[in-house]
Parts: sequence; structure tokens; C-alpha cells
Amino acid sequence: MTATNHAETAAAVWTRKHLLGLEELSAEEITAILDTAESFAEVSTRSRKKVPALQGRIVFNLFFENSTRTRTSFSLAAKRLSADTQDFTASASSLSKGESFIDTARNIEAMGADILVIRHPTPGTPHLLSQHVDCAIINAGDGAHEHPTQALLDLMTIRRARGKIEGLSVCLLGDIAHSRVARSNIHALKKLGAHVILCGPPTLVPRGWERFGCEVVHQLDEVLPRCDVMNVLRIQFERQQRGLFPSVSEYSQFYMMTKDRIRLGKPDLLLLAPGPINRGVELTPEVADGPNSAILDQVANGLAIRMAVLYLLSGRIEAGSRHRD
Amino acid sequence: MATILINGGRIIDPSQGLDQVGDLWISRGRILPMGGGFDDAEVVIDARGMIVCPGLIDIHVHLREPGNEEDETIATGAAAALAGGVTSVACMPNTIPAIDTQAAAEFILLQAQRARQANVFPVGAVSKGRQGAELAELGQLVAGGAVAFTDDGAPVASADLMRRALQYSRMFDRVIMQHCQVPELTVGGVMNEGIESMRLGLGGMPAAAEDIMVARDIRLAEITGGRIHIQHISTARSVELVREGKRRGVRVTAEACPHHFSLTDENLRTFDSNFKMNPPLRTWSDVEAVIGGLKDNTIEFIATDHAPHAREKKMREIDQAPFGIVGLETLVPITAKALIESGHLTWPEAIAKMSCNPAVLLGLVDKGTLRGGADADVTIIDPETRWTIDPAEFRSKSKNTPFGGWEVNARAHTVIVGGEVRYTRGGIVQHAGASVPA
Repeated sequence: MTATNHAETAAAVWTRKHLLGLEELSAEEITAILDTAESFAEVSTRSRKKVPALQGRIVFNLFFENSTRTRTSFSLAAKRLSADTQDFTASASSLSKGESFIDTARNIEAMGADILVIRHPTPGTPHLLSQHVDCAIINAGDGAHEHPTQALLDLMTIRRARGKIEGLSVCLLGDIAHSRVARSNIHALKKLGAHVILCGPPTLVPRGWERFGCEVVHQLDEVLPRCDVMNVLRIQFERQQRGLFPSVSEYSQFYMMTKDRIRLGKPDLLLLAPGPINRGVELTPEVADGPNSAILDQVANGLAIRMAVLYLLSGRIEAGSRHRD
Repeated sequence: MATILINGGRIIDPSQGLDQVGDLWISRGRILPMGGGFDDAEVVIDARGMIVCPGLIDIHVHLREPGNEEDETIATGAAAALAGGVTSVACMPNTIPAIDTQAAAEFILLQAQRARQANVFPVGAVSKGRQGAELAELGQLVAGGAVAFTDDGAPVASADLMRRALQYSRMFDRVIMQHCQVPELTVGGVMNEGIESMRLGLGGMPAAAEDIMVARDIRLAEITGGRIHIQHISTARSVELVREGKRRGVRVTAEACPHHFSLTDENLRTFDSNFKMNPPLRTWSDVEAVIGGLKDNTIEFIATDHAPHAREKKMREIDQAPFGIVGLETLVPITAKALIESGHLTWPEAIAKMSCNPAVLLGLVDKGTLRGGADADVTIIDPETRWTIDPAEFRSKSKNTPFGGWEVNARAHTVIVGGEVRYTRGGIVQHAGASVPA
């Protein structure tokens, strides 16, 4: 069975035009993406890594915020599916002086884009855009709101390591309040039956998160022994300047994953980090490169997830154009 | 000026405790005493099935002129007021330049006279340039027609300046209106802080930012004997603070906006900037508390905070779009739907909050009433006409409303200002020669 044949089974579940976030997806839809990604992971192991699924399609990366890894991962995923790709990078601030981002997106659509991969510092921007353009939209990160493909690749990595998601205790560690990765992970993990623990200082994990069905803990050492997965979020240094924690050194003292803390946890604790990681702040180099770390698996799985998402959305474009004929 | 007979309507005048079906006569720009009249009228308005009430007064609108005429002008805003059944508006001073001098206040009055739409009353700035540092020339502003003072758009952040303003304004018995918010607690805020802002990853504005300022200003009014008016009250705790302040005899009043008693922060899930306002939409329990405050008259005013913004400014990323929505043309239908049709208030109770109460607050002696001799500002409302709100039909220059597409039942039908029919949806106004129905 070829990769694309296999993916077609999952594609039957998928009826959406866009991937805007994970909150609105069902467990079945999330599983469909993960299953599709598994078949594309196989493509990456071949000597010839390209399949013709998106031949003739144009995938535009529309990035209003700096990103190297996510953009590269989407570009490579599109190329492996034989799509043409083009990057458009602009700082949101320079755009605000003239053309609005909606105008920019319309221009890009007029160039023939089929799928827009958008990253923007403002929550909801992909949603707003989806009302103004006809192409399929993939949210590659909208402010602190959602980053669906990152959470999907985290889930894929967990599922590959443990064979399941349901019943696992997954801890998201760090700046939950400002993290789109945390939000997408919370929605997806809850839907697939994991127990989600949020850990960090109360300024970064404020009151209220319990209402999303999460356990909130401020002392890492207390919760570590119970965790199956530790997902270490990046800490942004400007949060310290805004007074949300006193110093990077104090943060590290309480929340950095060190060799000693790894010993507190289960022997098979799976360590994830969406990156880019700050070695010596969120985790020590020996932990980042140690046996519990799945950081590089995440990068490889990210490619498969993005291929899966592009593939599933392109199927909807096909259906749409047939309908128009 | 024509003699007008408004025939057979349900006359509701809370200033006299009046609610009865009857005829209302207008002559020479004045209301005739109830029961008075002539043999003939030059204009006859068939108001059967409709509500006839004092012209509505909206104490909180932004008309954007001078400075932002792309959003609204005094003429377009005053026309929108009429289409919404509002015969008088009090306009906020956050224009460019600010209404902080006598000349600036007089310019507003002049433009309103030229427009010949609704009456416009300027609210002067509390501080020079609305900078929050030094008192504006409040006495000269009064001479120029200012009916109250506020730095609205922004709060008076300094407790010391607020204290001085409350003291000094006693000289003119004018009220200080305050946009209550501790600025440093709302930096970067887009919406109410709570589970919805967490969900959406948008910057939060905590209810406490409002509560703290309301508590401070009530206390400052108490020690100075000044009059503090809480604009667009939006939180449960603030309503409780006003209720408690009134109980203690503090001269505190409060207004609520239709969006704060009909919408919540859950509406932001659409990321539609037409749900972005300041103060932000709060939670259902806040909405219930605001309605509770309206019911027990803790909140004596319904005002729109009409805040027009041109489409190109509002159709932006939500954190960059400006705060605020237009409200004049949805005041009556949304108030009716959220408060009257749902059984919280009666028509007379709601009309009081939009007519006689505002007139008393602003010292407009001949307005907000249908007493004999009062200014002939009259609003005729059709309370049972199913219609769909369509922003494209607004007379306001801006269309930024969250209520587009809402199915509603009440609507201003005909509006008289100073004894002139200045707005009508047609069909009920007959001119000279027509006979008076028996």
C-alpha cells in the first residue's frame, strides 16, 4: 500500500477547508491527521522522498513573524508533495504603515496560491483571513492563541514513543499564559484522553486554567514523579522585563530540567521541547541531548505532520473545484 | 412653526409618571399641556399603536469632529441620532483638538446648528488637552455650553486631579463623568480578562481595573461633595460599589450601554473587532449584575458610547483595531430586546433612563419631559415592527456594529425636534388640509 493510498482512508474523515486551530477539531479529526502523518513518515525513509500528491499546487508561506524552523518545515513538506512553494516574509509593523495584511493576502491569492500558511503575532488573524480569501489556510501560529501543527507533532511524538495518548500524564512546563503551543496541546491532549498538568510560576500560569480541565501545579519537583511526558516550553526573556518573574536565574532554579530532576521522574519520562531551546535556562545541555529527549524526533515528525495537513487540505480544494465545474 | 397633533399614541412621560393613550399637541416649538389643543392641526401624526415619549437623550456619544471626520461628523452623528430616536446627544471631548476651551465648545454648538438634526451638547474636558495633568478652564467651558466634564477616551488617572476636578466643578454644579479604569492594569488589553482571554490568547483587561477606579472616585466624590458619574459601567462589583455609595448618600450616578447588557466576552471567539470595546464585554454574571442595577435604579441611565470608526481602521488585526462600536441607531431595538421584551424593565422605566434622568443629570430644564411648555422634542417608537438590523442602512458614517443581522422588534419611527418633524419612516405624518380623525 502506498503512502497516499493509506492516507486516503484518513482523508475520508477530513471535511475542513482550513486548519485554524485544534480547539474546534474532534478526536477523530486529530487522529486522522496523526494517521496520515504516519504514512508520510514512511516517505521520508525512502531514498526518493517525493510524492506527486500536490503537483501543480502553490503553497504560500505568509509569515508576519520571524520563524526559521516552522517555515522551513512547511516548505520542505510542500516540496515533498511536489507543490510549488513561495515564501513571503514581512514584519507586521511595516505592513501596518501601508497595505493591510488582508490586502497582502488577497494579492498573494491573486498570484494563484492554493494554500496559505500563515504566521502572525495577533490571535485570530488566520480566522479573519479565512473570511476574506478563498484559498485554504493553515495556521502556523497566531499570537498566543494556537499553533496546531506544533501540537500535532508533539502528539505524534508521544504516540510513537508510547503507542497511545489516552491515560498518559503530560506536563506542559513554563510560560503557559503566552504560549500558543500550550493552548493547542491542551485542546488536543484533552480530546485524546490525556491528563494535562500545567506547571510554572503563577504569573505565567495564572488562576483559571483549571477550568480547561487541567491540573495546575507551581512546584515542579512535586509533580515530576507523576509525569509520563514533560513538554518544556520556551521562556521569552521579555517576560522577565515585564516583571513576570524576577530573574532568569531564579526561573531556572525552580523550573529548569536538569539531570537531577530527570532522576526524580519516571525512568522512561519522555522529554519534549518545541524550541528553539535556551540551553541552560529551560533545560541543561545534557538533558536536551540525553536519553529521555525526543527533541530531534519532534523535528522529523513535524515534517510528516505538515505533509499530512497539506495533503488533507489539498483534497478539499480538489473537491471544491470539481463542485465548481 | 407648525401646529402638530400626535394622535392616539401611548403617551409615556416618566417625568410626570404618565402612561396613557391620548393626543399630544405641539405648537410654536413647545409641548401643549395635556388635554389642551386646537380645532385644526397643520400636521397630524397617526400614532395609534405607537409609543409617544420625550425625545431620547444619549449622554455618551463620540462625534469625531473636529479631527476624525472620516469616522463621523457632527452632522452625520446628529442625523444618526435622529434615526435612532435620539433628539439630544452629549458629545465627548476626545476630538482633535480636545474640547477643552470655550471656543472649542462653541464650535460644536455652531456645527450642530448648521446640521439642524439632533441637539448636540458638548461635554468639556476635565484636563487641558485631556493630558491628565492640569484642570481645563471649566468655568469658561460652561460659558461655552459644556454640560458636564470628562476626559473620556481615557480615565483621569491622577487621584489628585480627580479630587480637584470634583471640588472645583461644584462651583457650576456640573457632573464629572469618568471612564473608570486603572490604566496600568489594562496595558496591552484587548478584551475582558478571564477564561475567554485565556482561551484566545488575547491581552486581558481585568474587571478589577474598573472596580478599583470606581471605588476611588466614589470616595473622592464623598470627601469633596462633588458629583461623579460612572460611564459605561460593566462589572458586577462596580454596580455593587455604586449601589453602596448611593446608600451612603454620595452624589454618584452610573450609566450602562446596550452592549454591556446584551453581549459577553464569549462573542470575541469570532475574533470580530466589532466586539472589541473599552470597557470590554464582560461575563454573563456581569451582564446580570448590570441588568440588576438597571432594575433597582442603581443605574439610572442608558447611553450608547456611540464610537464610530471607519471600516479601514476597524477591519484590522484585533489587537490593532480601535475600541468601540456605533450605538445610536441600535439603542432602542437592543434596549427593547434585552431589557423590555425579556421582562426586566417596563417601557416607562427604560424611557426614564433615556429622557428625564439624562435631562436632570445635564441640567437641561426644558428637555426630557412632555410637560406643558417644554421643548417639543418628541420620539415616536413603533414597539412591534419586526426588522433586521442592517449596518448598510445606518446614517452614521461608520458601520462598526456587532448587531448586524439581529432580528429586533422596536424602532424609532418619527422624531420631532423643537417642534419640527426631522425624521420619519413615513406613512403616519399628514400635512395641512388633512382632517383630524374623530
